[in-house]
Amino acid sequence: MTIISVDTPTRRRLVAGLGLAILFLASLSVGVGEFSLARVVNDPEALQLLLISRLPRTLAAVLAGAGLAIAGLIMQTLAQNRFVEPSTAGTAQSAELGILLATLLLPAASLPIKTLVASGAAMAGTSVFLMTAHRLPPTQPFLVPLFGIVYGGVIGAAATFAAWHADLLQFLSVWTNGDFSGVLRGRYELLWFAALTVAIAWLVADRLTIMALGRDASIGLGINHARMMQLGLVVVSVISALTVVVVGMIPFVGLVVPNIVSRLMGDNLRGTIVCVAASGSGLVLGCDIIGRIIRFPYEIPVGTVMGVVGGLVFLWLLFRRPDHA
Amino acid sequence: MIRIENVSLRYRTTPILHDIDLTIPKGGVTALIGPNGAGKSSLLSLIARLQPLQTGSITIDGLGVDSTPSPELAKVVALLRQDSVIASRLRVRELVGFGRFPHGRGRLTQEDCNIVNQSLRQLDLTDFADRFMETLSGGQRQRALVAMTLAQGTDYILLDEPLNNLDMYYARTLMQALRAIADENGKTVVIVLHDINQASAYADRIVAMKGGRVVGDGTPAAIFTPDVLEGIFGFRMRVETFDGKPLVLHHL
Amino acid sequence: MPDRRLIALGVAAVACMVAFLLTGLRGNIAFVLELRAIKLAALLQVGVSIAISTVIFQTVTGNRILTPSIMGLDALYLFGQMLMVFLLGGIGYVSLDPWLKFGVEILTLMALACTLLLPMLKRRLDMGLMLLAGVILGVLFRSLHSLLARLIDPNEFAVAQSASFANFNAVRSDLLIFATLVTAGAAVLAWRARHILDIVSLGSDAATSLGISWVRTVTGLLLLVSGSVAVSTALVGPVAFFGLLVVALAERIVDTRRHAVLLPAAALIAIVVLVGGQTLFQHALGNSSALSVVIEFIGGILFLLLLILGSRR
Repeated sequence: MTIISVDTPTRRRLVAGLGLAILFLASLSVGVGEFSLARVVNDPEALQLLLISRLPRTLAAVLAGAGLAIAGLIMQTLAQNRFVEPSTAGTAQSAELGILLATLLLPAASLPIKTLVASGAAMAGTSVFLMTAHRLPPTQPFLVPLFGIVYGGVIGAAATFAAWHADLLQFLSVWTNGDFSGVLRGRYELLWFAALTVAIAWLVADRLTIMALGRDASIGLGINHARMMQLGLVVVSVISALTVVVVGMIPFVGLVVPNIVSRLMGDNLRGTIVCVAASGSGLVLGCDIIGRIIRFPYEIPVGTVMGVVGGLVFLWLLFRRPDHA
Repeated sequence: MIRIENVSLRYRTTPILHDIDLTIPKGGVTALIGPNGAGKSSLLSLIARLQPLQTGSITIDGLGVDSTPSPELAKVVALLRQDSVIASRLRVRELVGFGRFPHGRGRLTQEDCNIVNQSLRQLDLTDFADRFMETLSGGQRQRALVAMTLAQGTDYILLDEPLNNLDMYYARTLMQALRAIADENGKTVVIVLHDINQASAYADRIVAMKGGRVVGDGTPAAIFTPDVLEGIFGFRMRVETFDGKPLVLHHL
Repeated sequence: MPDRRLIALGVAAVACMVAFLLTGLRGNIAFVLELRAIKLAALLQVGVSIAISTVIFQTVTGNRILTPSIMGLDALYLFGQMLMVFLLGGIGYVSLDPWLKFGVEILTLMALACTLLLPMLKRRLDMGLMLLAGVILGVLFRSLHSLLARLIDPNEFAVAQSASFANFNAVRSDLLIFATLVTAGAAVLAWRARHILDIVSLGSDAATSLGISWVRTVTGLLLLVSGSVAVSTALVGPVAFFGLLVVALAERIVDTRRHAVLLPAAALIAIVVLVGGQTLFQHALGNSSALSVVIEFIGGILFLLLLILGSRR
């Protein structure tokens, strides 16, 4: 009887949590190396495999997914447009250009320093996008993501050109196409910062919801609109730069997840932000698992799988009939 | 009391407001009237610090709108702009609840919930409280926005053409509700109205604007005369007296 | 006078072609000339087919920002090609008669383009929505393309990857004869349709009341567009913003939307930019692969400007 009395949001949360747990275990079990979860207890080699490769890879997918979904959510709040996310606003491409320049100009710098440079570049690129996006007419909401995609394309072209001159195209393709196959212990830990940013987003969830009501409404309610914009910008840029540097760009996560959660649960972010993060993790994890098994023992990068899955969902979001007349 | 001194505003090279000097006393309903483009909305958004002051000063109960911290001011003055669009998928109760944000920074106490419920009741929205905003009609959405503004619980309430999208029944209900909170709770309501008969029926005081200047300031009886109205709106209209209040036959 | 401008453009185009053929001629002259002539023929076709397809597409959709490539048509072509490899297997694909293969590819593209675009045109959707959908379709087809490429042979996906960038140096001369036929046919058809195009640009209502059968005409024009796109993509690969750049330039120079002038002007400018640019980059800057990147870069920025300026009005 207790199960029936659980209300819908709670039940959805339970289902989401359970699904994520199953995906997590599946991700631990799938791979080229011979391995089964049951043997971890008495087989030191299996334990090593788990700790060095499988667990880091799974955690990286969980963290990157949650971070990207939250980044998309914040981006949509700041731009007041449902169809933007880091990869459709030039953020990810700016981060790419940043990490490329850091590699060229500061070859000796450590990875965190380079990530910092990439974050700075992402911030600059996103600021330009947001400033321009607000000048586009609000009556045509589709122009904003369109502008963002081409803007990202132009920045990406600049990065390609620079990389090609410096003979770094190989590196660039690592950053442009998200792939978890290279993730090992010691090479993904920067992503834990993404968890921190998710926590920040959760703390300011109410403020974000009000920001989505528009500048006038948020100032009227006493919110420091400019400072929230800056905070959001920093969070989005840091998350994008982290994922680009550690695993490479994964398109569409930040776009698809917040939109679907919003359809199911509404936009009161205090209640939904955890679901957005969890669904993002689940989606990325799921796509990574698909990429690992579809052509076993070869791997297909998660960025490619997500390009297909996310593109289809995006089109569905664009052309679905609205909920109401 | 809202004191506006020497306020001018220009947008790029276009002047919007010229040297406005105006005092709106505490308490009662003040109606702002005037033709399109008179600067009414700009004046309201300056009072509610949505735009930075370019010249002059505006104080509300002695608090300068450009010097008081925004969260403090949010407990004193609330503004509903015209044509506010809510793109978020929020339930009516959630939206109205965000009106309480300045008081608890997001945590809703029992008292907050009571105020939210009261606002919902005042605008006849209780039946819609758990519906998503996007499923409501234009008039219902407008009422939800007004309810959110009232829930903010400020002493000063600024409303920019709140009767847009409302049918006659709810236009009357809203004006009565505003009259009631002014009379019973001592709130100050400043409201932009295009229907000057609503202004005549419910406002204590009329401020008329034209071309970025205040061209009239007084009781309805003093402003709603054929001569003054012609000066404001540019055509002559008949004014009758009905139930002791001026009734403007502007459509004839 | 548009006519004088057309003549000037024609002279410039011929000058570019001569420069392309003769600059820095050394060694076995006959051999080099033949090689260059083949390449020149391919470049001419690419220029003409992109100019024609972009002008017609913009006229039919009634705006100046859409181009077939932005709507993802060339990505669709690449995807269709990869799908054939996937279905037939690498050997089956290679052993296909090239004429048959190219023919099937063009037909598939035409069919797909019509199923995708006709409903959009009939329902007269919001332009922004169409553009965005097109861009997303492009991303989707590119992702599907690389997904299939990896499914076929994960070790050699670099081969598939290389097809996603335009390359004006390594044109596929084996397709040249067939492509010449298609381009020439498209050019003739477009020229004969120039007056109809002027009317189509007025929109479906006005065109219908002037006696044009809208759906049939638009379908025909779209088939023409997809054929031209297939030719240029098959020869050099996808070029997203080249068409936009060329037509915007053409409109600026001849200052009219009359197709009798605009079509040849766009084709001539395409030739000047492609052939002249190739000559310049090859001989003066010593680096010919950069041309496509530069064109895309300038074209992309132009697109952003058009978007912002166009929405201001």
